Amino acid sequence: MQPIIELRNVGLRYAERLVLDQINIHLHHGQFAALVGPSGAGKTSLLRLILGLHAPSHGQILTHGKHPVDGQIPTIAYVPQLETVDWNFPVTVEQVVAMGLVRQANPWPWLRKSERQAVQAVLAQLEIEQLAKQHIRNLSGGQQQRVFLARALVAKPAMLVLDEPTTGIDPRVAETILHLLAELNQQGMTILMTTHDLNAAAAHVPWIICMNQTIIAQGTPEAVFTPTVLEQTYHSEMVVVRHEGMLLIQQRPHGHSYRDLIPNPIIGEVLKPAMENSSESAFRTAEL
Amino acid sequence: MNQLLEPLSFSFFRYGIVAAVLIGSLCGLLGVYIVLRGMSYIGHGLSHAIFGGAVVSFVLAWNFYLGAGLWGFAAAVLINQTARRTKINADAAIGIVTTASFAIGVALISRYRNFTRSFDAALFGNILGVTSSDLWAIGGVCIMVGLVVFFSYKQLLFMTFNNDVAQVYGVRTNWLDTLFSLMLAATLIVSMKILGVTLIAAALVIPPITARLLTDSFHRMLGISTVIGGVTGCVGMYLSYFFDLASGATIVLTQTGCFMLALGIAALRKQLRSRMIHTHV
Repeated sequence: MQPIIELRNVGLRYAERLVLDQINIHLHHGQFAALVGPSGAGKTSLLRLILGLHAPSHGQILTHGKHPVDGQIPTIAYVPQLETVDWNFPVTVEQVVAMGLVRQANPWPWLRKSERQAVQAVLAQLEIEQLAKQHIRNLSGGQQQRVFLARALVAKPAMLVLDEPTTGIDPRVAETILHLLAELNQQGMTILMTTHDLNAAAAHVPWIICMNQTIIAQGTPEAVFTPTVLEQTYHSEMVVVRHEGMLLIQQRPHGHSYRDLIPNPIIGEVLKPAMENSSESAFRTAEL
Repeated sequence: MNQLLEPLSFSFFRYGIVAAVLIGSLCGLLGVYIVLRGMSYIGHGLSHAIFGGAVVSFVLAWNFYLGAGLWGFAAAVLINQTARRTKINADAAIGIVTTASFAIGVALISRYRNFTRSFDAALFGNILGVTSSDLWAIGGVCIMVGLVVFFSYKQLLFMTFNNDVAQVYGVRTNWLDTLFSLMLAATLIVSMKILGVTLIAAALVIPPITARLLTDSFHRMLGISTVIGGVTGCVGMYLSYFFDLASGATIVLTQTGCFMLALGIAALRKQLRSRMIHTHV
């Protein structure tokens, strides 16, 4: 089966500055992937390429194995960073969600009955139907994220792209949002998101793409979240701890050894970078 | 009542009041998009640019609406493209393009001094000089803008709320931006004779800002701003007649009065709301 989106040797330059180079990614139907990397790694630029807001300087972006032409472009719904939204803009929740229906050919300024029902249905799906008439400024961070997710879902997209959906909201709400995305993925939705929250990505996202101008590694969290890959991605030493089947990632505090970080072996096992010339794996379990 | 009907016996006042109501409503309607897109300065800048176009079309003996229209549209597109394709911000692009255009007009006036007087009207407005052909032009622009806003309501709303995201969802933002520039240029050209270059910006900004203070709903804001623009146009015309004041300035001052009133209402509402919260606590 052809991937929904495939990037082949894609590169992007802004003026003389190389922003992205040798990007090779393919996302299949039903995949849930997270792009991680430091600030300035080109995550948002890569999203903009996938969304068609920029053309690549070189390489190819294929949809279903073909060059996209009008009518064949899969419907991609985009959930922007909450920080980019003008919260004083005079719109209600219902009006924001209805924006997702703009592709439909109803030329009148008002919503048809079927459109109103579609908006109500998606609000109910995300359990925010009681907020329909509220101004967007009056919502909590989690509710705001759900509203923009609802706008994306009402468009019945083939793929969902989210830019930092957990930034600026508290960890409990972020957890709820990620659970929601996982549920949508289980229902068959293809999802690509960027995030800075490595622990949340390790816990909820089955496919991780580490990048810093180019793809450093991609695979399951267990395969990708290793000290070696993370150091290559972030140019900073990271500690990875496996605890009760979970991966916990933390930047290594200055002056601490791996043993210092986990004084009690019961807490978990620390993964540390492989020794030189390690053949099978980029890391091995540290001796505690 | 007779006092109110008396000015209507003069044809110049009848033409003037129709023009003021239409222009006020038109600027109020379009101004909502301008204010919400954070482009309040563009009305001020483009009107100055169009002034340059008006002088050029006079020198070349072109039709005023055609010459100034093309010039204004070109200036609007140039501002948009400069802001999009270069590192220059929109406000700086507006500053450069429109001031240069205004300077061309001033330079030409200083070279051909014989038509200085007629351009006083373009600078400060002359509602008493409105002709039936001006009314047709204003009416035509009102219909054009009204139809575009009606049939592109959803697209314009989305684009105004978030331009990039709207593009992802299938809104042709480039095309719509160009159409918006065309509407804005047309609005400024037909408004120039009534309000003058120096006062158009106020008519584009004050009614929407006033409406924003009164509502949190986009479509209500469109309605309230349009009505405020139209009503203040009418009231301003009567006040200018009875107090023998410049019409453009009186209309803008009436709008400013409305804004102050809305500011008071908004402050009062806020106070009442916080008092209610305290009572409940």
